[in-house]
Amino acid sequence: MVDKNSPTIVSENKPITVGLFVTCLVDLFRPRIGFAAVELLERAGCQVAVPKAQTCCGQPAYNSGDNAHARAVAANLIDAFDGFDYVVAPSGSCAGMIREHIPELFADDPILADKAVALGRKTHELTSFLVDVMGMPTAVAAYQGTVTYHDSCSGLRELGVKDQPRRLLKGVDGLTLTELPSSEVCCGFGGTFCVKYPEISNKMVSEKTSAIADTGADTLLAGDLGCLLNMAGKMSREGRPIRAFHVAEILAGMGDGPAIGEAGEDLSAFADGQEG
Amino acid sequence: MQSTSKNFKANSTKALADPNLQQALGKMKVGFVEKRAKARAALPEFDALRDQARDIKNHTLANIDYYLETYEAAVQKSGGVVHWARDAAEARQVVLDICAEEKAKSVTKGKSMVSEEIALNAALEAAGYEVVETDLGEYIIQIRGEAPSHIIAPAVHVLKEQVADDFRKKHLHLDPKRSLMERKELISEARGVLRQKYLDSDVGITGANFLIAETGTSVIVTNEGNGDLTQTLPRVHIVIASMEKIVPTLDDASAILRVLARSATGQEFSAYTTFSTGPKKAADPDGPEAYHVILLDNGRTEMLGTEFEDMLRCIRCGACMNHCPVYGSVGGHAYGWVYPGPMGAVLTPSFIGVAEGGHLPNASTFCGRCQDVCPMRIPLPKMMRAYRRKEFEAGLAPPAARFGLDIWGFVAKRPSLYRLATRMAIGLMGWRGRKEGRFKSLPLASGWTDHRDMAAPAGKTFQDMWDKRQGARSAKDLEREAAR
Repeated sequence: MVDKNSPTIVSENKPITVGLFVTCLVDLFRPRIGFAAVELLERAGCQVAVPKAQTCCGQPAYNSGDNAHARAVAANLIDAFDGFDYVVAPSGSCAGMIREHIPELFADDPILADKAVALGRKTHELTSFLVDVMGMPTAVAAYQGTVTYHDSCSGLRELGVKDQPRRLLKGVDGLTLTELPSSEVCCGFGGTFCVKYPEISNKMVSEKTSAIADTGADTLLAGDLGCLLNMAGKMSREGRPIRAFHVAEILAGMGDGPAIGEAGEDLSAFADGQEG
Repeated sequence: MQSTSKNFKANSTKALADPNLQQALGKMKVGFVEKRAKARAALPEFDALRDQARDIKNHTLANIDYYLETYEAAVQKSGGVVHWARDAAEARQVVLDICAEEKAKSVTKGKSMVSEEIALNAALEAAGYEVVETDLGEYIIQIRGEAPSHIIAPAVHVLKEQVADDFRKKHLHLDPKRSLMERKELISEARGVLRQKYLDSDVGITGANFLIAETGTSVIVTNEGNGDLTQTLPRVHIVIASMEKIVPTLDDASAILRVLARSATGQEFSAYTTFSTGPKKAADPDGPEAYHVILLDNGRTEMLGTEFEDMLRCIRCGACMNHCPVYGSVGGHAYGWVYPGPMGAVLTPSFIGVAEGGHLPNASTFCGRCQDVCPMRIPLPKMMRAYRRKEFEAGLAPPAARFGLDIWGFVAKRPSLYRLATRMAIGLMGWRGRKEGRFKSLPLASGWTDHRDMAAPAGKTFQDMWDKRQGARSAKDLEREAAR
C-alpha cells in the first residue's frame, strides 16, 4: 500500500494526507484537471488539501539557466508542502522537477538541502501515485471512444510512467486504447522551447499529430497539460476532429465535458462540490 | 572549421524548407532507431555492459595522465612516434611536417571527426597535397564540398539520386549510359576510383575509436574496409586521435566495443575492427614503414574535473543524434560546427565557447531520449542545462527572456501576488476566448499561434474554484452538523 521508497511513515488508522500540486498550467488553463485529480485521490482514500501558497515548480527558470529565480520559487514550494504525507501532481514534468531537480538546486544549501530531498521523495506523478503507492488496481469510469496515448517525456524517462495510466484506463468502460507507434517521441512542446524555436517545434508536433491521426483514434490522452495544449492546438489548427483530454479527466469520469480547446467550459458544478 | 552555430535558427529554417534533406532525414530516423532497438533487445545484459563501459571510462579519466604516458611508452616501444598537440593548429602542423619530411604528394584518409575538428583537409590542400577521403560518405561530401552532417553517416543528408549526379559531374570517365540508380552501382563506381588512390598514396591518415595504453595500439571500426587500406598501403600511417580515446587495456576496449556498434548502427560488431600497433615489423608482409600518433587536447583537459567531464566518456556512436527529435527535424548542418545533435550541444560550447555555441544547448526540449540511449550513460540534458546556466550567468541570454524571467520570478515567489496576477490575466483571457474555446492568434505569443491554436483558459483559476468549493463543502458540513 505504502511506497517503500518513501521516508514517510503513515499509520494504518490515520488517512493518508496528500498535498495536491495543481501545477500552474492546470491552475490557469484547465482547472477541471485539478478537480479530476482530487476526485481520483479521494477515491483512493486520501485526504486531499491544496496549499494556497503554491505557485510553480520553477522549471521555466531552471531550464533557462536562471538558477537564482528557480531556487526562490522552489523554496516557496518546499515551504508550501511541508507536513503532507505525499505531494501529487497531475504532471510528469512538474513531478520530475520536484523529485529529480529541486534537490539538485539545493544540494549545497545547508538549510534546505534535506528538505528538498524529503520533498522530492514524497512527490509523485498522479497516475504513478495511484498505482504504485496507493495500489489502485484500475479506474472505474466510462468513456465511449477509441483513444491513443502519448507518453510525455519527463514522466516517461525521469519517473518511469508508462504502464500506470494504461493499467488505470483498462477499467474505463467503452474505451479502446490504440497505441501510438511513436508514443515515446517528444511532441515538440518542451516548455519555452516551443516559443524559442517555433519552427522546429512545429515540425515535431506536425509529425506527432499525423502519427496520432494514423492510429484512427478519436481521442488523444496524455498526462501533461503542456504537451496536450501543444498537440491539441496543432490538431485544431489542422482541422483534425480528434479530441484531447488529460488522462485524469477520463479516469475520473469527466470525459463528458468539453475537450481541450472546445468552447462551453462551465466550472460552476465543481465550485458546488457536487461532482464528487 | 568556421562555425555557423550562432546562426542555428536561420540554419534550421533553411533545413526545414529543404525537401531533399527532409526526405533523407525521414528515412534516417526510422532506420537507426529500429536497428538499435533490435540489437539492444537481443542482448539482455546490455544495460550492465553500459554500466561497465561507463565505469571503465570514469576510471580512465580519473587517471588519464598515467594512461596517456603508459600509452606513449608502449607506442615508442613498438617503433611508433607520439606527438602531443595542445590545439588544432599544433595538430595540423604536425601532420604538415610529417608530410613534408616524407616528401608526400598524395594523402588518403579514413573517416575521422577529429580531422574535421582541426580542419585538416583545408590545411593539407592549401599546402598542395592531394587529399582523398576513402569512406564512401566522406568521399561523397568531399566531392560536394560539404561538411559531414552526422558523425558516423556523414552523407546521411544526401539522397542516392543526388550522389549519382555528383559522381557524373566529378568522374569524367563515366559512360553517360552507365546506370547509377542502385546503391550497389554507386558503391562500385566509388570503389573503382578509390582503389587506385590507395595505391598511389604516400600518407594514410585515420582516426581512432580507442587507444590502448597497455599495448600502444590504435583501434578503428569501419564497415567498408577503407580504413584498413588507408592505414596499411601507404608508406606512412598517421593516427590522429583526441586524448580521451584512451583506455587502459585490450579487455577494456573489447568491453566498450560490445556497446559501440549496437548503439551506432544496430550491428553486433562492425564489419571491420582493426588493431594497429606500430609500423611494419620485419616479419610482416605489409604495413606502413612509419607510424605516428597525434594526441589532441584542444579543450579537453579543461573539461576534466568539471561538470562537463562526463562528456569525455563519449565514444562517438551517434545514438544521441539518431534519437534526437531536433536533429531529426533539421539535420546536422544546422548545428553549424563539427559535432551535431545532443553531443554537439555539449561539445560545441565546450570547444568554441558559449558565446559562439550557445544556441545548441538551448535547442532541446529536454526530452531525455539521448541520455536514455547513450551507451556511456552521459547525462546530456544535464550538461545542456549547465551550459544554459553558464550562458545566463554570463549575461548572454536574450534580453527579452531575462526580462520575462525577472517578472515571472518576482511574481512566482509571492503567492498572494501570483494569485492576484493570474486571476486577472486568466479572467481576461477566458472572457476573450470563451466563445470559441481557443485563440487563432495571440499578441506576444505568435511563436505559438503562428503554428497552432491556443486553448482558451476557463476564465477562473483552479485555486479560486477550490476556495469556493471548500466554502460550499464546509457549509454543507455545518448543515449536517445542525441536522444531527
